[in-house]
Amino acid sequence: MNLTTTEPAEVSDTLSGGSQRGDRVFHGLAFAAGASIMVALAGVFIFLAIRGAAGFSAATGLYQPYTSFVPYAAGLLFGTALVAVLAMIIAVPFAVGVALFLTHYAPRPLSTVIAYLIDLLAAVPSVVFGLWGLKALGPALLPIQRWLNEHLGFIPFFAGEVSATGRTVFLAAIVLAIMVLPITTAICREVFGQTPRLHEEAALALGATRWEMIRYAVLPHSRSGIIAGTMLGLGRALGETMAVLLVLNASGPKITWHLLTSDNPATIASNIAQNFQGENIDLQVVLLATGLVLFVFTFLVNFAARWVVIRSERKFQ
Amino acid sequence: MAKSIDVSDLNIYYGDFLAVEGVNMTVKARSVTAFIGPSGCGKSTFLRSLNRMHEVIPGARVEGKVVVDGQSLYDPSVDPVAVRRQIGMVFQRPNPFPTMSIYDNVLAGKRLNAKKVKKSEADALVEKSLRGANLWSEVKDRLDKPGMGLSGGQQQRLCIARAIAVEPEVLLMDEPCSALDPISTSAIEDLIHELKSDYTIVIVTHNMQQAARVSDDTGFFNLKATGEPGHLVEFNPTKKMFTAPDNDATEAYISGRFG
Amino acid sequence: MSTDLSDVATDTTFPPPSLVRARLPRQATLIVGVLALALAVLGGPLLTGASWYSVPFVAGLLLVVLLPLWSLQVEGRRAAVDRLVTLLVTYAVTLALVPLVWVLAYTVIQGLPAINWAFLTKDQTTTLDPVTFKQMPGAGVLHAIVGTLLITLGATIISVPIGLLTAIYLVEYGAKSRMARIITVLVDVMTGIPSIVAGLFAVALFTQFGSVGTRIGFMGSVALSLLMIPTVVRSGEEMMRLVPADLREASYALGVPKWRTILKVVVPTAFGGILTGVMLAVSRVIGETAPLLVAVGTVDYMNTNLFSGRMQTLPVFIVSKYKQGADLLELAWGAALILVILVMVLNLTARIIGKIFAPKTGR
Ligand SMILES: Nc1ncnc2c1ncn2[C@@H]1O[C@H](COP(=O)(O)OP(=O)(O)O)[C@@H](O)[C@H]1O
Ligand SMILES: [Mg+2]
Repeated sequence: MNLTTTEPAEVSDTLSGGSQRGDRVFHGLAFAAGASIMVALAGVFIFLAIRGAAGFSAATGLYQPYTSFVPYAAGLLFGTALVAVLAMIIAVPFAVGVALFLTHYAPRPLSTVIAYLIDLLAAVPSVVFGLWGLKALGPALLPIQRWLNEHLGFIPFFAGEVSATGRTVFLAAIVLAIMVLPITTAICREVFGQTPRLHEEAALALGATRWEMIRYAVLPHSRSGIIAGTMLGLGRALGETMAVLLVLNASGPKITWHLLTSDNPATIASNIAQNFQGENIDLQVVLLATGLVLFVFTFLVNFAARWVVIRSERKFQ
Repeated sequence: MAKSIDVSDLNIYYGDFLAVEGVNMTVKARSVTAFIGPSGCGKSTFLRSLNRMHEVIPGARVEGKVVVDGQSLYDPSVDPVAVRRQIGMVFQRPNPFPTMSIYDNVLAGKRLNAKKVKKSEADALVEKSLRGANLWSEVKDRLDKPGMGLSGGQQQRLCIARAIAVEPEVLLMDEPCSALDPISTSAIEDLIHELKSDYTIVIVTHNMQQAARVSDDTGFFNLKATGEPGHLVEFNPTKKMFTAPDNDATEAYISGRFG
Repeated sequence: MSTDLSDVATDTTFPPPSLVRARLPRQATLIVGVLALALAVLGGPLLTGASWYSVPFVAGLLLVVLLPLWSLQVEGRRAAVDRLVTLLVTYAVTLALVPLVWVLAYTVIQGLPAINWAFLTKDQTTTLDPVTFKQMPGAGVLHAIVGTLLITLGATIISVPIGLLTAIYLVEYGAKSRMARIITVLVDVMTGIPSIVAGLFAVALFTQFGSVGTRIGFMGSVALSLLMIPTVVRSGEEMMRLVPADLREASYALGVPKWRTILKVVVPTAFGGILTGVMLAVSRVIGETAPLLVAVGTVDYMNTNLFSGRMQTLPVFIVSKYKQGADLLELAWGAALILVILVMVLNLTARIIGKIFAPKTGR
């Protein structure tokens, strides 16, 4: 090696380029974007709380038919939960069935096409679902609603006088079920597809039929995934606005278990959409407060879903 | 413009895991230095520490000194990006940029750094680099085609062309032939012979014959035991290494009795 | 998780030593299906005069009862259950596809008559007919189409940089850091925000700083971007993770700084996937109604200024025409058809782009 006295200085010059500045700026930008998501979420909570605070204790006339916020919100929450839970009761068996078909029954090309079609269902705007539910599905389901009332009317759910238009909780739940089917199916499909091949083959090697293989290898492995998919679907159903607004003939917050009558509970979201357009600023404030309740409630449901997933992931490890 | 590299007491870590321990060696300028040794003994890790590619992996760090012509690479004032411009690297798997043509791949080092290059200069640089990588005659008619469309051996030579287009002083190669067929391998070996007059070349190889054929010096890395860090067992001129190694373990490895 | 197979193994109907077992003929499902259909037609419309609509239901019911029964007789309980489940799963898929076809077909049938030149080129401003001096109601939805496009564009302009930069942070810079984990959770939470809450947030935010009745198009963009960002982050993250580490290293080894490597190598390589993700996100929010209803309101004339005054959008137009009365329902369906076409075109294009670009990223 022939080191001259000037060379190290020269090398040092070229080796200490200024590339780090660009990196720092870009890193900062990326970080800021991530942080802005934090700010936005906090903002949703804070601004709803600030603007809606007055809504928790507004003039009693605003809480028709109740007189204070708590029963008002509880009534709305009841309607919201009732419709959403019914929707999930209808949707989950279908979602599981479709997901099983896609992962374990259909040949590949067919499976791809059907998966695409189911995804397409998620792309149909909710207002279109609402109009269709109102004008097409509702009338078509009327005979079924009448039949249920006639033959199973002794069950409280089906009791009461059947709505003449069919715009009932029953119909709303079915429309919502159709709308949440894609997301729940997608998640079930993912977990079904992840069943260890080894377990499946172990079952088949023992002489299990396809259903037995699914029952003993696929379903136990996927239980938490099905729950997570259900919860996510539930989160969607809780927040769905337009379809419910259009399909359901709601008469404000109320608690009733009748699913087939024309006197139905409103949901938080549909109640907001129904009344927010008016010029009554005080009522808008109350509605903002109920929006906060909905936000917190869906947040809890989604969080529960995450918790279920994380807990079962731990169990697997 | 080729440079020598002095390594002293180099320890290389992945987080808390010490992967390579206490390496001392001098890589001579304008020569080919080969590293051999069983898998997992830290040859790649050591090679990547020579141009500060090691620290790209989160948590990775080194202790000790790597000095290139009097300048310590791990000095706080040194910009790793500038180091990599002077010490180029060719990887085990050919990795041309899939979104770029052959032409753009060769120029990538300049283009990605937003250097303005005149069209005539760019053309000249592309031709020179591709000729340097013995690829020019094969691709000169399809320079605008995607680099991914070439055969594995051609892709690897494209990667070499890309590396030398930045005009580095040292070229590090990590098992450059392990994904290639014998004909492409011999094309690359010929290339290494030619490049040696301009560059300092360090090559990791799994193939003992290859080390014997192409290199002037050879370093043998080994693990003391599984779980222990890798270390440099012996570093000697290739001739001596393959005829009368100093160390029994080296002899055992070279004669195929182990590893 | 251990799989409990003891039930299968100890089942008393486990096959006897012989390898040959009684099986239903290969076409069993078809045979029973045809039989069920025949019975349904005979016993339904032909003999009892029941509606033709009942035929598929009765036939389906007969099939799902008869086939497993036959199987039970010939093949045993386990095979019968297997056949039953296969049928049920197939039914689930068939039934799930009915609404899709029905909604789309119904929208086309109802909406097509409304669509004509005036519908696409005029707004809803009432005009005075110069000859008859009659008030002429507006005939078109151009203002709603323009409003929808502008508001969605605004949302895209907000969401794409934030979403992609966040994805870059998660994949390239923050990997596994505490901050990255927090952001991942928050993005999940954001995915679950009900759309109406996003609308309310925009209202709360803008009325906090503006006057109480503030309603502008940009508020809708803000609300929609809240719904779009998580989708963009997710898809961006997924696509950038697919870019092989080799390519980044190749770039670093050429002496390219990290930020340039990300911008010039990672993002271009993932570009197709990112574009698909963004377009899918747009197709998701372009049909959103609730946030626009509360945050933007509705008007009958064209407003092209995102930052001043209410704007009309297709989804809100649909709702307001529906509310205004039965004779305007045709307008609502026409707008619904346009909206559905818009969404489907976006959706399909996104997937086609995804297909075209896909092979390049996977090496
Ligand atoms: N990215 C990494 N993170 C953690 N440990 C690594 C990483 N890469 C390599 N190692 C470890 O460092 C040691 C040396 O690996 P490597 O340098 O790849 O060996 P060689 O190239 O000689 O086969 C091995 O024990 C390996 O497990
Ligand atoms: Mg290696």
